Amino acid sequence: MTTTTPDHIALGMTDEEYDHVVEILGRTPMAAELAMYSVMWSEHCSYKSSRAHLGRFNSDQPWVVVGPGENAGVVDLGDGWLAALRIESHNHPSYVEPYEGAATGVGGILRDVFTMGARPIAVLDPLRFGPLDDPHNRYLFEGVVSGIAGYGNAVGVPTVGGEVEFADRFAKNPLVNVMALGILKREQLVLSAASGEGNVAILLGNATGRDGIGGASILASASFEEGDEAKRPNVQVGDPFEEKKLIEACLELYDRGLVVAIQDLGAAGISCATSEIAGNGGMGMDVDLDKVHLREHDMTPGEILMSESQERMLAIVTPENEPEVRALAERWEIEASSIGVVTRGPQLRVFSEGELVAEVPAASLADEAPLYHRPAERPASLDAVWADTPTVPEDIDVGDVLRILLDDPAIGDRSWISSQYDHMLFLNTVVEPGHDGSLLRIKDTNKGMALSTDGDALRTWLDPRRGAARIVFEAALNVAVTGARPYAVVDNLNFGNPEEPEVMWQFIEAVEGMAWACDELDVPVVGGNVSFYNQTDGVDIYPAPVVGMLGFCDPMPERPPRLDAAAAGMSIWVVGPDPEHDFAGSAYDRVVNGELRGRPADVDGDLGRRVVSAAATLAFEQPVLHDISTGGLAVALAEIAIRSGVGLHVDDLSPAQLLDETPLRFIIVGEGEELDSFAPVRKIGRIGGSDLDFGPSGSIPLDEAATIWRDAIPRRMA
Amino acid sequence: MTVAVVVFPGTNCEHDVVRGLATAGAEAELVWHRDTDLEGAEGVVLPGGFAHGDYLRTGAIARFSPVMAEVERMANDGLPVLGICNGFQILCEAGLLPGALVANRDLKFICRPVHLEVESTDSVLTRAATRGQVLRIPLNSYEGNYVTADVDSLEGSGNVILRYSDAGGRKRPASNPNGSTNAIAGVTNDRRNVAGLMPHPERASEAILGSDDGLVLLESFVASLELVSA
Repeated sequence: MTTTTPDHIALGMTDEEYDHVVEILGRTPMAAELAMYSVMWSEHCSYKSSRAHLGRFNSDQPWVVVGPGENAGVVDLGDGWLAALRIESHNHPSYVEPYEGAATGVGGILRDVFTMGARPIAVLDPLRFGPLDDPHNRYLFEGVVSGIAGYGNAVGVPTVGGEVEFADRFAKNPLVNVMALGILKREQLVLSAASGEGNVAILLGNATGRDGIGGASILASASFEEGDEAKRPNVQVGDPFEEKKLIEACLELYDRGLVVAIQDLGAAGISCATSEIAGNGGMGMDVDLDKVHLREHDMTPGEILMSESQERMLAIVTPENEPEVRALAERWEIEASSIGVVTRGPQLRVFSEGELVAEVPAASLADEAPLYHRPAERPASLDAVWADTPTVPEDIDVGDVLRILLDDPAIGDRSWISSQYDHMLFLNTVVEPGHDGSLLRIKDTNKGMALSTDGDALRTWLDPRRGAARIVFEAALNVAVTGARPYAVVDNLNFGNPEEPEVMWQFIEAVEGMAWACDELDVPVVGGNVSFYNQTDGVDIYPAPVVGMLGFCDPMPERPPRLDAAAAGMSIWVVGPDPEHDFAGSAYDRVVNGELRGRPADVDGDLGRRVVSAAATLAFEQPVLHDISTGGLAVALAEIAIRSGVGLHVDDLSPAQLLDETPLRFIIVGEGEELDSFAPVRKIGRIGGSDLDFGPSGSIPLDEAATIWRDAIPRRMA
Repeated sequence: MTVAVVVFPGTNCEHDVVRGLATAGAEAELVWHRDTDLEGAEGVVLPGGFAHGDYLRTGAIARFSPVMAEVERMANDGLPVLGICNGFQILCEAGLLPGALVANRDLKFICRPVHLEVESTDSVLTRAATRGQVLRIPLNSYEGNYVTADVDSLEGSGNVILRYSDAGGRKRPASNPNGSTNAIAGVTNDRRNVAGLMPHPERASEAILGSDDGLVLLESFVASLELVSA
């Protein structure tokens, strides 16, 4: 007996979705049309399982110029300066082929940013892998980091930050997120809405080939099973050199005012770009596939439409400007093909060899996409997890605990990663990776931008709402201790299979927690990305929402706080609430005890706002500020001591107080005996000596702590 | 035009170099790799980046870019010529400087500040520095490992101008970041008017960036322009 899978099922569509296509068209779709709908209505492109919940995020602040929905969010930095930011995921491609998966993730996010008219000036990479004791996880980790370095360094955009977590459930589904920031002057802002009947659609950049066909629908919108490495041909291949030329060419196009609108080609390639740019402007378009410059000459219309070949842009220009645009492309040594003409609409018509191969209402690919209200249910097993509250014994030696924690690769020195990335290009980097936030200046102004990405998948698994809220406050505190005020958020919501009610519950709770925290901080959410189906062999990842926070300061601190600025004789203070015995999901319980249990403490919004504000103020006055997070006060103090090359004394704190992870707290190290702050403050010790000396709670020699911390990643990767 | 800063497709440090030169007191102008007339320039800099994507081999394609005939003419005329990072690789590939740059010893890209000791002040890049001076300047390369067929004659010629060291100027295996032969970080030609180095002096040209130790090198280059034109 043989069975044939219907085309739409093979393309990842349901029967109901197929029926809806038939209804829109009033007929059976042609092959190319079906290909277009299947990709545009994939989870990755249409957000069909998440869209119903994303309205919870608020982008309503006066400094928001462009909110969610465009290629990137845009905020106003004053004096005509704007910042564009965006975050994306490239999870499944990076599991199938770590180097190219990560590399093309960087390329894609950069196009989103320079599509807006901005010059990309920074990339950040939040990463999640399985534990490094497994050789395959090391291979993925190494491959992803070199892919980011290989592409980012060569394309000429500095990678200024990111973060990393290691946990078992990421072994077969690593997370590779990437955030990009660009800056532009207000007059350079370009949007992706075609206008002007008769205007020309010019495809710029790389030739279209068979790489990446079905990337969005096949790789990014379905769960993984054993043997899915065979999906390697679905992964795109990146060419940073082509992208670099494309960036420079596009920026010059904008400078000379030659484009009406522009759209990058990402997921779903030409079908997505043409339908979006036409649909956004309420127009139609006639597209001639014979004009597309190809890498292989026997491609079918469906393949050309679906190809996810990298480094391509679609610009709408007036017929008068077409020759100048072509000349400019030639000068920058990139290819340009006029592939379409803007029509009054609403149809997007695609021709191949004179035949009409697709005719669909342009806006229907985006606007008519399915919308699912998937069932959500809190897992009953959480009751037992919450009831099991971890504690810290009073008689442990904090020095011994640090010997274990500082060796954890998510706590130890991460310069193994950041030193492979060019993080200095453009001469903007004032505070480099390795601090709570990175600080970039805007040259020839007094303005500065602090950046931090944060996620905490394990704590978020314990309580999605509280966990997600806490990462927002942590990101806010990270930019505040760097000298900036929280200004805009982008979020990347990495979750498992949304068709499972427990995953959907995690998602909805996390959205609620993040949105609430952003509201409490008055920080707008200007963009985001949802990555579902992070499930392999039936195992869902830990829910991993990631926050990308842009902080802004004007002026910038003259001497921004640094972790390596502590000196003997300085006082140590803690600002924020007293520890509340918060060990659920703490480094102590996870790394030392090997447990994941309990319910993380909630955050107090009012207090959070005050602490963040206090940090942003004190950052102008004090040499060292450091957020207290993973590993509590003990790890945070160790990081300051190691980075500054000097020991410290802390007397009256118990092991539990030193390892507690109660949020909304930071350390200050500075001269003098008194510290004024409008948030609670407590002096706890003094810098000096050659040990991390916690009095009766234990100690460890500084040199030993430093060696353990520095070797945490290198010794595993050697 | 005073200094021509060459932009190949894939170059990315051109604006940083222009800014660094301005801080050091020189005006600079970007020139495209297809330009074949640098007549007005008193000196030329090949900045860092990935010229032509570094495809085939670093500098292998760039050396054939049309502008290189002018760079060679200027070198032969005794004008100051400087290659930074990728620019150094191109000058080596073009035969204007001795040696070549191969993959780092640990086969990883390295982006971090390193220490350099000034070995010789007899070059357009080091004339304003003092011998033995230790500079802290960022390195940013994958192919930064300097090799040469005959290192003894290179050393004998006095053409080694910068060497990796530790903060105290000592040369130890750990202070050689990329495995360069004899820890060589920068060299000059026999005429001392062409120089190349792997670290980026423009990235250490303002205190707010963590170091301004690179300024003395850029100032040397600017002073050399004035010497030639005087």
